[in-house]
Amino acid sequence: MSRLLVCPPDFFGIEYEINPWMRLSNRVDRQQAVRQWHELMTVFEQDLHVSLERMTPVSGLPDLVFTANAGVVVEHTAVISHFRYAERQREEAYFERWFREHGYDVMTIERGLCFEGAGDLLGFPGVWFGGYRQRSDIRAFPILSERFHREIIPLELVDNRFYHLDTCFCPLSGGELLYFPSAFDAYGQAAITERIPSELCFAVPEAEALNFACNAVCIGKHVVLPARCSSTQAWLDDRDYTTHAVALDEFIKSGGAAKCLTLALD
Amino acid sequence: MNHHQECVVLQGHIIDSLLLPKVLDLILMMGGTFDLEDVQIGKTREEPSRARIVIRATSKALLDDILKAIQPHGASVEDEADCHIGIAPNDGVLPDDFYATTHLPTQIRLKEQWIDVEGIEMDLAVRVDARQSAAHAIPMGEVRKGNHIVIGRDGVRVVPLQRPQERDVFGFMESQVSAERPHGHVIADIATRMRHLRAQQRQGRPQSKVLLAGGPAIIHAGGREALTWLIEQGFINMLFCGNALAAHDMEADLYGTSLGYGLTAGRTVRHGHEHHLRTINRIRAIGSIEAAVTSGVIKHGIMAASVRQGVPVVMAGTIRDDGPLPGVITDSVLAQQAMRAQIPRVGLALLVASTLHAVATGNLLPATVPTVCVDVNPSVPTKLADRGSFQAVGLVMDAASFLTEVARALGRTT
Repeated sequence: MSRLLVCPPDFFGIEYEINPWMRLSNRVDRQQAVRQWHELMTVFEQDLHVSLERMTPVSGLPDLVFTANAGVVVEHTAVISHFRYAERQREEAYFERWFREHGYDVMTIERGLCFEGAGDLLGFPGVWFGGYRQRSDIRAFPILSERFHREIIPLELVDNRFYHLDTCFCPLSGGELLYFPSAFDAYGQAAITERIPSELCFAVPEAEALNFACNAVCIGKHVVLPARCSSTQAWLDDRDYTTHAVALDEFIKSGGAAKCLTLALD
Repeated sequence: MNHHQECVVLQGHIIDSLLLPKVLDLILMMGGTFDLEDVQIGKTREEPSRARIVIRATSKALLDDILKAIQPHGASVEDEADCHIGIAPNDGVLPDDFYATTHLPTQIRLKEQWIDVEGIEMDLAVRVDARQSAAHAIPMGEVRKGNHIVIGRDGVRVVPLQRPQERDVFGFMESQVSAERPHGHVIADIATRMRHLRAQQRQGRPQSKVLLAGGPAIIHAGGREALTWLIEQGFINMLFCGNALAAHDMEADLYGTSLGYGLTAGRTVRHGHEHHLRTINRIRAIGSIEAAVTSGVIKHGIMAASVRQGVPVVMAGTIRDDGPLPGVITDSVLAQQAMRAQIPRVGLALLVASTLHAVATGNLLPATVPTVCVDVNPSVPTKLADRGSFQAVGLVMDAASFLTEVARALGRTT
């Protein structure tokens, strides 16, 4: 059974602006956010039979809900994130404590190098991809590559609306890929198509990319993605994935959706 | 030349991600150039690759801009250290482990700044001034006790030659030596350079003089008239030779022979072997070659043209010299110093028909000076190249033919 780390949105809100989605004036409807989050959890637990590990929310850390950025878990090792912005750096200690308390070997990347966890490191069994320039430092990837003996292909993120790799790039369990090509430069696009055959790639239309279609969670043949991404959903349906669309508008105000709200533990 | 450079390292999965071409493209698009050094490609997909990239730019500001632009893509400036300094223990003695120069442009790092080594020449040491703000290449014999000398290799970097803009024979900077190669285009390119340098010299530009270092075969083979014309026309502005070239040139003027052979008759002249001795004796009696020319004793030829044109002549003596002529420097260290003093003004060097003077001059020339080595014996240009003067273009041909053809290419009609 898959396990995901999540954090209830008790203190979620927009309290600062660190990406183009966040506007202090665009207030989060907390009750609506809580409803959307619980609906997402229901899909995971009841439809996908996923086991959820719930962190304790912390007052004053509105983005702790986005556990994808806690770090990245590889077998028994948790690599703890080091956030680019001070606003989120305060989350690091809480994530680290959770991993230690749950028996993980904790690894930190050398000081001064930003790395925002599974938000910027995604992959297939054979190859991982690392998003850099917006949040994570490209120098983090050779360190992780050496530690885990994996190939990590760095991809520059060139559109600040897609500030984490998981906002524009979603590997699927069958080897397919959902991605928004314009979030990458020509070198990145070429590196992606060099590795993933074009018939397995779905270039998400911009309107759906802006609805966070790529911020989806794929577990087995199930894909959980935000609502209003109909062509992405249709493409997935054609490939025998069972899709679960969940309204996550309140979280998109902060620049995150289904994927950002979870961290794969196994 | 792009003297501003920095070495960066790019590592990780830089090949399949196209990071390496991306960084190289960025450097070029911004107006810099690069040399790729030590590219190590991972043997498996998991293994990282690594590339050292030397970036060059025409200004410090541009170099800084390029570094700033490529650093987010993972290019890190290689760790650098200042050079190490040792103290010369005695006059004429270098500290152990002194850095031995090449003849390529060289920089040393002092107080975190890269500075050029002045007067670069192969096989010297580098002396740093007392204020640690300047560096000069220095021969072993000129070192003084207490001098600050660069030791080891840290903080020293050699700048490879940039391909010159002129697309001529010197642009290839390679010393392939072959008697079979056609000479015509090489001589045409040399003549073009000489014409260009004469124009530059007339504008008072530095490093625009043409140096000829030659042996007496120039006279024996019949190249005297052509060389005289080249000097008179201002195409050759500096002469390095030995006792013999000067002696036979003046012998030809006084007796019409070269080492006793009648230059026009083509056979030995009775008692001709005495002519060069009588010539040397005559000049010694007058006191100097210059006086012999100005007094009208020596009227024509290479020495006469040199005196009239104010061409500096450095005559280095050898152990077999007769006389020697007044002006021949018999102390080889002093001769080397006199030659070295002229080198900074040289823009083109022609080393013609003399192993001794060709190698001696080649040792003094920085790699940035275009150089031609002409000899009927292919081993001379080969020897020069083997001794490090890789920039020299080798021409296997007779000295007289070479000079005559160059002069013809420059407009000599007879």
